[in-house]
Amino acid sequence: MTDTTDTTDAARTTGTAGTRVRTVRSRAAAPSPAAARPSARERGTRLLAALFLAPTVVGIVVFTVVPIIGSVVLSLFHWNVIDPPGWAGTANYRAVFTDSTVLVSFRNTLVFMVFAVAAQLLIALALALTLNGRMPTWLRSVFRSAFFFPLVLSAASISVVMKYLFNQDFGVINWLIGVFGIAPVPWLTSEHGAMATVIIVYVWQQFGFSFLLFVGGLNNIPKEIHEAAALDGATGLRKHLAITLPLLSPTLLVASVVGIINALQVFEQPYVLTDGGPGDSTRTVVMVIYEKAFEQLRFGEASAVGVLLFVLIMAVTAVQFRLSRHFVHYQ
Amino acid sequence: MSQATLTLSRARDSLGRARYSLGPCARIAGLTVCALLTLGPVVWTVSTSLRTPADSFDLPPQIIPAHPSTAAYRGVFDQIDVWLLALNSTLVTALIAAGQMITAGLAGYAFARLDFRFKKPLFGLVLATMMVPLQVTIVPVFLVLKSMGLTDTLLGLIIPAFPTAFGTFLMRQYFLGMPKDLGEAAMLDGAGPWRIFRSVYAPLARPGLAIVGVLAFNYHWNEFFRPLILETSGQNYTLPLGLVSLQGNLGTGSISVVLAGVVLSMIPAVAVFAVGQRPLREGITSAGVNR
Repeated sequence: MTDTTDTTDAARTTGTAGTRVRTVRSRAAAPSPAAARPSARERGTRLLAALFLAPTVVGIVVFTVVPIIGSVVLSLFHWNVIDPPGWAGTANYRAVFTDSTVLVSFRNTLVFMVFAVAAQLLIALALALTLNGRMPTWLRSVFRSAFFFPLVLSAASISVVMKYLFNQDFGVINWLIGVFGIAPVPWLTSEHGAMATVIIVYVWQQFGFSFLLFVGGLNNIPKEIHEAAALDGATGLRKHLAITLPLLSPTLLVASVVGIINALQVFEQPYVLTDGGPGDSTRTVVMVIYEKAFEQLRFGEASAVGVLLFVLIMAVTAVQFRLSRHFVHYQ
Repeated sequence: MSQATLTLSRARDSLGRARYSLGPCARIAGLTVCALLTLGPVVWTVSTSLRTPADSFDLPPQIIPAHPSTAAYRGVFDQIDVWLLALNSTLVTALIAAGQMITAGLAGYAFARLDFRFKKPLFGLVLATMMVPLQVTIVPVFLVLKSMGLTDTLLGLIIPAFPTAFGTFLMRQYFLGMPKDLGEAAMLDGAGPWRIFRSVYAPLARPGLAIVGVLAFNYHWNEFFRPLILETSGQNYTLPLGLVSLQGNLGTGSISVVLAGVVLSMIPAVAVFAVGQRPLREGITSAGVNR
């Protein structure tokens, strides 16, 4: 942090005659010649920049950069907070790689990610394209609001609600599919059912995010392109596949990158809906980090899992950007 | 569902209005079904919260409760200290939103309009931290807060949330979108860098700051992971934590009471949705379009 004397200097150099200078830390108003020399102005700009950046940069260093390094360091130690930390070398990583719960959690998280992101993107894209057609403006905004509404609710309390809806015996979902003659599904009490429920609940809440991105992306496509395509005889699905999707590909990239990063961090839904069960069938990586650190006090192992998750996220994102070179078209 | 709507959109043709007169109807019907599926759980939540406990398991679910009752709401107030939870949530959320508007506004302006050394690497650092999952840093953050004596305090939730990489990015884009001549004209009139910020650009930044504020409010009002880890004593719980524990305490008890709690906790989020839908939408969209 810049201390107060610096701030006063900044005020003195940046302040002009008759200006009341109010900075974050001091309210010194020092008069100086109206026509400041360029070098003084430059100095003032730099000091102002330092002051403006200090909260963000210091905060990010203390609460993100140092903790990342800290995670890597911690992953090399045995530590339970109570006893002094002891050097572990690669022991935590070896422990983690032979821990079946950890391995299963990575598998679950990847399965969850594939299905959740695919469903989220497909539903959002279909709805955005459908909404893009001709219809009264008020109706369009009603639909748009409806689709993005779940996004403003809390994932934890929504999961509480969904737990009742998906209950095998008295849940509304089984009653509803029963109307169509389908037998009750053990949503939360069977392995596949539990994973499907977690995915459905997550997608129900998250598709609105991709949907809004697609709506924005579609608005950015010039109308003339569609008109020219229509004149050339392109209609319906073909028009979308040949024209809309390539033009929308930068948005698709962002939606899938953000979608995947978020999905790999899923926590609230399985924590509330299934608590990782039945068995370990819906235990995710973040649940394992939480349990290892804050329930079992194995901070070293928890950090090792965290570092692995980080590496996984970076790797998946890097692959996506690499692949995107072939598929993404910028106008 | 997605398949069905894709096929529906096939009937659409920007020139063939007359030929595809059925198109729009099918499309609107499809969208209506999807909207009902999206809002259904919310409607069910509200209506069940207004039923008597005896009626709460009724199937088919009554959208309009047969015996409307506010007993469930009174039940929530009896079982958890709603006022305390709401106060905690409000304090945490409001302070974080205000803090993020300040930090992101200042840093965004510096990155957009001020010249200084290491600007590019610093901005790169800020952007890079957007990629870092919260869960990867939570153990060391917990330890940092512990060493500051801030675990199990509301401040421990608030302070680490002040810097916002996404908010900074958003405000930088926002300031970059403003005409440069305004600042140059003010400079010719003798205004210094601070004055140019304070009198020229800051007042124009309000809509952008509203986006940052609304996004922060929405995210932190609903936040669950950090409070779960940091807040151990009930007096520091926020609403989502209180609700999940309400459900846990009751086990198989009255759904109506739990759902009434959910409805109560939704009110501010819905209010922000109603009032701040535009900034909220723009904030979310800008994540995709501005890059």
